[in-house]
Amino acid sequence: MVFMAVTGFAVARLRNLFGVVMLTGLFSLMSAVLYVVLDAVDVAFTEAAVGAGIATVLMLSTLALTSSEERVSEAEKPMWALGLVVVTGAVLIYGTLDMAPFGDAYAPIHHHVVPRYLEKSGQEVGLPNVVTSVLASYRGYDTLGEVYVIFTAACGVLLIIGRPKRGRRRTLRMLVGEMRHGMRQNVILRVVSKLLIPFILVFALYVQWHGDFGPGGGFQAGVIFAAGFILYALIFDVDTSRMVVPSEVTRLLLALGVMLYAGVGVVGLLRGGNFLNYSVLAQEQTAGQHLGILLVEFGVGLTVAAAMITIFFTFARQEH
Amino acid sequence: MEFLGLLNYWIVVVLMMTGFYIVIAHNNLVKKIVGLNIFQVSVFVFYITMAKVKGGTAPILAEGIEIYSNPLPHVLILTAIVVGVATTALGLALVVRIHDAYGTIEDDEIEARENEL
Repeated sequence: MVFMAVTGFAVARLRNLFGVVMLTGLFSLMSAVLYVVLDAVDVAFTEAAVGAGIATVLMLSTLALTSSEERVSEAEKPMWALGLVVVTGAVLIYGTLDMAPFGDAYAPIHHHVVPRYLEKSGQEVGLPNVVTSVLASYRGYDTLGEVYVIFTAACGVLLIIGRPKRGRRRTLRMLVGEMRHGMRQNVILRVVSKLLIPFILVFALYVQWHGDFGPGGGFQAGVIFAAGFILYALIFDVDTSRMVVPSEVTRLLLALGVMLYAGVGVVGLLRGGNFLNYSVLAQEQTAGQHLGILLVEFGVGLTVAAAMITIFFTFARQEH
Repeated sequence: MEFLGLLNYWIVVVLMMTGFYIVIAHNNLVKKIVGLNIFQVSVFVFYITMAKVKGGTAPILAEGIEIYSNPLPHVLILTAIVVGVATTALGLALVVRIHDAYGTIEDDEIEARENEL
């Protein structure tokens, strides 16, 4: 954690934005390690895939589109900012004095619904991974909302920069410019990524369908799946990888994932249960829950993967 | 010893304030988004820290294990991370668009250009 704080300071000081982005990737990776230490394996999984992978690539392509140096501003401004930050920090630290100590099993956060999730989800949902049960079943509404947010964000990116500038011919060109040429000629990168990409995709599928039992699920699988395509596009060619997943297909899948999720909820309604109640989907309660969670997670995976691929290619297609 | 138990929270506060400082003190828009991300990660760490139970293990049910860490914050943060990257992408798209329109991503230069018009 101290390392993370140090990296945070380095980010604040550094003027070269390329370095800043690299440090952010490192920062994410460290936080992923921290999550493992704190027992949050599912979260660590997501952070490692998202923070160290896709977020970094997106930031880099933005830098390639804009400028990678920060202009030095006048020194007058940071003083009041620093003062404000120190005061706020002091107040927050004063607030932490009332927090329960680290790892306390009797802290208020561990009461209310949580013991029920831990004790009953084994019988009610029948899945070993409590995180998945809570995510897809008990708190299905929340997750549906999150999927909508991702859907909306992808639509927003498409609306803002999805259309190439008027008067210019649409050119499909990779942005991470100079890097790309180096990467394409590098035999080691080409061979290794060629070998790795099928395994990345298979691993994503494993994460998708095994998420009920071990760490994993739709969110992680979607991101890993998208990462496979993005890696291919980075090292080989954007055009070719776009042929594999045309924009119409990703846009369709983007909407289809959300619809699958909501559709499962509606089927639950039609069969006499509440919205997103999976118990009525099959004869037995646990079988219904199992089916519902599988479908819902598949919907999540579809939307997340399609959203990430769409966002990446929208950035990659911009004019330099 | 009692204060050591709060160490994690303090580092969270330090991280959060670092992010906050970047957002308010820097003019560069990409840097501001990075600052927001750091702020965001600090909140994630805060939740996950609260979820930890001493002697507990990851919340995947197995025989012979009695104590699990709290799964609920894990769920919230897991989805928040993916939503976070989606919204970051939206922010970056706005930055790209602003660069197209103004030719710069420095806050004060944009303001200057605005006043010229």
